[in-house]
Amino acid sequence: MINSSSTLGSAETQKSLLQRLPKDTGILLVLVGIAAIFEVLGWFVVEQTFIFNGQRLFIMILQMAIIGILAIGVGQIIIMAGIDLSGGSILGFAGIVAASLAQSSEYARAVYPGLTDLPIIFPVLAGIAVGALLGFVNGSVIAITAIPPFIATLGMLVAARGLARWYTSGKQVSFLTEDFAIFGSGAWPVITFLIVAGVFHVLLKYTVYGRRTYAIGSNEDAARVAGIAVKRHKILVYTMAGALYGIASIVQTSRAMTAQSGTGLMLELDAISAVVIGGTSLFGGRGRIMGTIIGVLILGTLTSGFTFLGIDVYYINIVKGVLIVAAVVADTYRQKRVAA
Amino acid sequence: MNDARKIVLRTQGLCKNYGGVQALKGADFELREGEHIAIVGDNGAGKSTFVRQITGVEQPSSGQMFFDGKEVSFKSPLDAREAGIEAVFQNLALANDLDVPANIFLGREEVYFNLGPFSFLNEKKMLAKAKEGLEKTAVKIPNLRNAIGKMSGGQRQCVAISRSAAFASKLIIMDEPTAALGVQETTQVENIIRRLKKQGVPLILISHNLRQVFNLVDRIFVFRRGEIVGVVDADKTDGNEIVSLITGVKTGVHENASYI
Ligand SMILES: Nc1ncnc2c1ncn2[C@@H]1O[C@H](COP(=O)(O)OP(=O)(O)OP(=O)(O)O)[C@@H](O)[C@H]1O
Ligand SMILES: [Mg+2]
Repeated sequence: MINSSSTLGSAETQKSLLQRLPKDTGILLVLVGIAAIFEVLGWFVVEQTFIFNGQRLFIMILQMAIIGILAIGVGQIIIMAGIDLSGGSILGFAGIVAASLAQSSEYARAVYPGLTDLPIIFPVLAGIAVGALLGFVNGSVIAITAIPPFIATLGMLVAARGLARWYTSGKQVSFLTEDFAIFGSGAWPVITFLIVAGVFHVLLKYTVYGRRTYAIGSNEDAARVAGIAVKRHKILVYTMAGALYGIASIVQTSRAMTAQSGTGLMLELDAISAVVIGGTSLFGGRGRIMGTIIGVLILGTLTSGFTFLGIDVYYINIVKGVLIVAAVVADTYRQKRVAA
Repeated sequence: MNDARKIVLRTQGLCKNYGGVQALKGADFELREGEHIAIVGDNGAGKSTFVRQITGVEQPSSGQMFFDGKEVSFKSPLDAREAGIEAVFQNLALANDLDVPANIFLGREEVYFNLGPFSFLNEKKMLAKAKEGLEKTAVKIPNLRNAIGKMSGGQRQCVAISRSAAFASKLIIMDEPTAALGVQETTQVENIIRRLKKQGVPLILISHNLRQVFNLVDRIFVFRRGEIVGVVDADKTDGNEIVSLITGVKTGVHENASYI
């Protein structure tokens, strides 16, 4: 050994102030900034407070809960350097299956007319299982054929819609039992979202599951030569995402108390937007649940704020589009700096 | 050579084809207990290909492999690792977004109790062990909790090397470990190799630096165009002979070559 200098230099203590802030501070400031703009505009334009209206905030969060659950599912896939376009479609199909098992027995034109009112656990588990199964198909196709996830899940986006239409021959599924309304009532959607977020925060940050997900997203070859069963893990992650879409479908169906083949159309795009705005890298390897939650809140605040100001909804999409591109530009810039 | 020493690794007629390209044509290779061996050869000679076959990263097209007294065929890198083989690959196999302990323990994380993929990571233990392992390399890494991608090439290389040195029980393979390193870092890596020699851990070193090879190893295998064209004891040969074997040109045209 040529010298015995300590492994740990003093640089450890010389972090800049910027580095010491929590990692999601930047994106949180964007959220606060947007809310502040609406607050100020609110006073001038409609002479009302935007932020200090508990009911508005609650409705906003309530409306975002479903997209939030989808976003957590697709977010972990993006961290793994994958993508999933099929969230909305899987939600649609899982929801219609769940609804068909939750129909009231008094309704003569039910999908399964002979069915007596099942305990709600059955439709709930069926919805989650259908989601997980389609997620498993996504993961298996991607892992086994090695085709780009974009294409595999684009196929699922189309196919799951087709399945939903086929399942009821295009008919709406309504007249659900009253018990089934619980998941969409009161604060339940938000509570469900928070539980899902909490569980996946822990999974990604503190378990082998998360470590493998980040490792594959960061350098798939490195993960493989390190002995990680990359294919198996991909299948697991897509399956977990599918299960989350299933949970989202239950919340959605329970809120609407009806399901049809078009339910959840394009929701995957809002979910992916929230993930990207929340700072998860499309290159994989980087991203956090906390960021995704903030991303979801940003989208919700935009929608809520535009409605509040009485501005036409098309403008929201313009702002969302700009935000998404800005987030990806910021990420690309960061990526280059790391690679340099 | 004391031939009574047990054979650790032997390959017989190992071949690898990539489509029409024969990257490895019947390699017969042998490594004994405690032995340090170098593989030399020009770019594209098949050195890294050979390494990929014996570490389970790829599966040979044909041929046999014996490790630790048994015939083996590694289906995955995990199999090779479990058998006690560790490798530092030429294209650093590190996850740039993860920190140092995460990289060192990638694929065999320390956990509190086993719940499969849902086991909770024991970060404290991994950090402590990573520190311990790196201290032996005398490499300065300011903050182990930083993402590897933010570190210099030398620091990253040392992480990769300390990872394999920490886990190798029966064989360690280094594919051009010092190719991108500065003088000081190269010396540190060479010291790690010398320490492995003292500990009796067998090693395969791939290097284009012939002086380094002569300084460090017992025997040299020369690869040319996918074939092993020579096996010589390091103390019974000289640079000229090795260069002739590498290039296939016999006469002494290499006097002024700077690579010797
Ligand atoms: N995955 C692959 N697909 C096709 N051909 C390959 C592949 N990997 C290696 N080869 C070919 O096999 C031959 C041997 O390559 P290899 O990487 O083993 O050389 P090497 O001796 O390690 O060279 P270097 O000193 O440059 O690292 C080369 O001709 C290369 O083009
Ligand atoms: Mg090579």
